[in-house]
Order: sequence, then structure tokens, then C-alpha cells
Amino acid sequence: MATPLVVSEVFKSFTMHLRDGIKLPVVNDVNFSVASGECVVLGGPSGIGKSSILKMLYGNYAVDAGQILVAHRDRIVDLARADPRTVLDVRRQTMGYVSQFLRTVPRVSALDVVAEPLLSRGASAGDAREKAAALLSELNLPEELWGLPPATFSGGEQQRVNIARGFITDHSVLLLDEPTASLDARNRAVVVEMIADKKRKGVALLGIFHDEEVREAVSDRVLDVLQFSPRKAAA
Amino acid sequence: MSDTPLLKVKSVSKFYGQRIGCKEVSFDLWPGEVLAIVGESGSGKTTLLNCISTRLLPTTGSVEYTMRDGSIRDLYHMGEAERRFLMRTDWGFVHQNPADGLRMTVSAGANVGERLMAVGNRHYGNIRATATDWLGRVEIDADRIDDAPRAFSGGMRQRLQIARNLVTGPRLVFMDEPTGGLDVSVQARLLDLVRGLVNDLGLSAIIVTHDLAVARLLSHRMMVMKDGHVIEQGLTDRVLDDPREPYTQLLVSSILQV
Repeated sequence: MATPLVVSEVFKSFTMHLRDGIKLPVVNDVNFSVASGECVVLGGPSGIGKSSILKMLYGNYAVDAGQILVAHRDRIVDLARADPRTVLDVRRQTMGYVSQFLRTVPRVSALDVVAEPLLSRGASAGDAREKAAALLSELNLPEELWGLPPATFSGGEQQRVNIARGFITDHSVLLLDEPTASLDARNRAVVVEMIADKKRKGVALLGIFHDEEVREAVSDRVLDVLQFSPRKAAA
Repeated sequence: MSDTPLLKVKSVSKFYGQRIGCKEVSFDLWPGEVLAIVGESGSGKTTLLNCISTRLLPTTGSVEYTMRDGSIRDLYHMGEAERRFLMRTDWGFVHQNPADGLRMTVSAGANVGERLMAVGNRHYGNIRATATDWLGRVEIDADRIDDAPRAFSGGMRQRLQIARNLVTGPRLVFMDEPTGGLDVSVQARLLDLVRGLVNDLGLSAIIVTHDLAVARLLSHRMMVMKDGHVIEQGLTDRVLDDPREPYTQLLVSSILQV
């Protein structure tokens, strides 16, 4: 089985220059990998660095040391050292990310927000919107909302737009940061099925799920992030 | 991914007498890439933009540009006529104050049409049709085509300036605080418009702004300037979510939450 994501000896800390330069260690010596068709869940209490790990993988956080290796376009890219242009190309082609909160853009409709990742990979506007519509309807987002910008949507509605946007492409690696946090039981079940479908298609998934029922349903194994925490001695 | 940068900026410095305008700035800009230059007033952002766009001659350094035919030219060693032609056709420059980029006393249609004539269009009907189309794309009603920009609001003037710059299908657009001085609802409209046009046309752009939200929305990559130096640069998300330098941390932590 292919392993499109390997994280090796990654260290991360924040230096707070506005607070007398105090150094906050976040994670030490992170090592794990995710295979195709597998869903690995990051476990552990709040504040232990789970979201930080996802943000490092997606390039939003820099890393102090270590390697983040991703299979991208027939080669291996080390995201810990990649230039911005390569990171953006990895995001476009290889690695998707469903964040906890949707960053809304004024005046862009929900349907176009969802269709955008496909358009940026060269799909036609018609195909992209058709696929976006199918996903939004699968996630039970009322059709009268599709043409509106999501800024005024409820938390659960925004989250479903975000999920649709993250799931619309056939990225081979998908990062999920609590995608079901504000969803009701019916839509949680839809997302669980969508994740199962991604696994069948050989996508490598890495996620944070606080909802135990969802975690049980999707995870192949749980990675305890506490083992990477600099505070584990105290915990 | 294309393998040749559109622009190669090498050690560009500009001194105003003893004072530093910008110092030793180097970077590559790739086709389709949007770069934001941020920093406070007086940090050298506009000086750098003016140097790169050859509106100002730097004290030292070079800028190489990949022409449409694939040849690479040093902008500071180009003939004046050729450089002017490049600026009129392959580049756009959107000024903070639209009055600096528009002819305020001629009609909106003529403002757009002038750039078309500069690239050899002579047919009045075609020019007017293209101008009308571009006014529509920047959301100016067709019945305002014969009005002079003096009669336009600030937001409309800025949109007209954008239409005037993009009508020739440039590959590189420079923008100096494109949303400065506009009220927020007009800003949102303009940002959405610029974002859509940049995506649709595959433009490269260099945008000077002091507004980090504008940088987040429009740019792929960001450079932070202070006292004429580039102190931090990288992927826009990374610079804003994980700023490393003390000054960048101060900038990011100073944003007001609504």
C-alpha cells in the first residue's frame, strides 16, 4: 500500500517577541505516516498541538526542524522546506484541507466557494458547479442558500460549505480539522459516509474528531499526540 | 508549472541622498502569482514598487523581465520607447488615487479606448464595444460611457482605472494601495472584482498595501518591509498565521477583530 504522507522528526515552537521573546514549545519529535485508503485520527486533550500539526502539514505554520514528505506529481516534496510556489501547487493538486471555520469572501456565492478548487485545477465552470451542487445537496444544504455568500449562514451551514469545498477534488491527501463539530446527527452521518467513500478511493486522511461516535466510525487508528508534547512530563 | 519567472528582481536598492528608500531587495515573481508587499507608511513599499515598474530608477540592482516571445530583458537597459510600449501594453499600473491613472477630463469610454489605440486598434466601433464590455466587467453601467471620471464616485473611478489597465490583456499589474481611501462596502466590491479578474485572466500582480486583510484575500505570497528592508517573506498564510519576526508579530497582533 502506498504511503503518500510521511512526517519525520518534526519540531515546532513559537517565539513570542512581543512577550519578551518567550519560547513556547508546541510539539517535539513528531513521527508518523498515513497510508492510502487509511484514516488516521489525531487524539489527545485540547491544546496538545493537534491543530498545529495539521497547520504545519498544510503550510500555514513553519516548522523548526524535521521533514514533511508528500508524494506530489510523481515525486516526493518536503513541505518543511518547499518554497511558497511549491506549497501552493501541492495544495492545488495533492493536499486538501477542511478547516474548522470557513474564511468567507464578500460577494462570492456558496456554490462558487465550493466549485473554486475544481476551477483552479482547470475544470470547466459548468462541470465544477454541477459537482458543487451535487455535494451541497448531498449535505442537505437548502438550495435557496446556494446562490448566497456564506458570510451570513449558521455555523453548521458554513461548515457544510467548507466540507463540500474540501471534498470536491480528488486530492490524494485530505486533512480534516473537526469537520463535524457543528453538525446535527443526520449530517454527521453524511460526512462519515463521505469519508468512507474517500477511503475506498485510496485517499490518505488525517483528522481531528472530538465526537466519539464519528471517530469510532471513521478511524483506522488513533495517534496520541500527547507523546509528542513537550509538556508530557508535566501531564 | 512554468519554469521561467516572469520577473527576476536582483538586489534592488534606492537611496534618497543618505536615506534608504529600499535596500537589497531580491525576489522572483512567477506567472499567475500575486505578491503583496506590506508594511507601515515610509517602509519603502511604494519606492520598491516604483523601482520594479521602472517609474523610478534604482541606485543599484537589476530587474529581468520575460517578454511574450520568451526572451529575457533587463528593464533598466531597455530603450525608452520599448519600455514605454511595454508599460502601455503588457503591464498595468493601478494608482491609489485614480486621478493619477486616469484622464479626468475625457470620457470613461475614451479612458479605456486610449490603451486599445496604443496597441494599434483603430476601428471606432470595435473600440467602443470593447470599452462597453470592460465597463460592464467592472460594474459600471453602459450609459455612463460618455461621462468623464470627474462625475464618478471614488469607487467607480477606481474600477474605471482597473478597466483601463486590464483592457490590453496585460501579463503583469502593479497596484499601489488599490483600496486605500475607499469605504469598506466599496472595498469589498473592488476586492472581489480584482480577485475574480486575477483568477480568470491568470495575471501576475504586485500589490502594495498596508491592509493585511487585503493581502490575505488577494495574494499568494507576502513580503513584509520595515525601514526599507524586507524583513520577512513567504506564503501569505504562513506569514499571517505564524509570523516569525518581531515587527511582523506586532503588525499581525494589531489587527482589530470585528
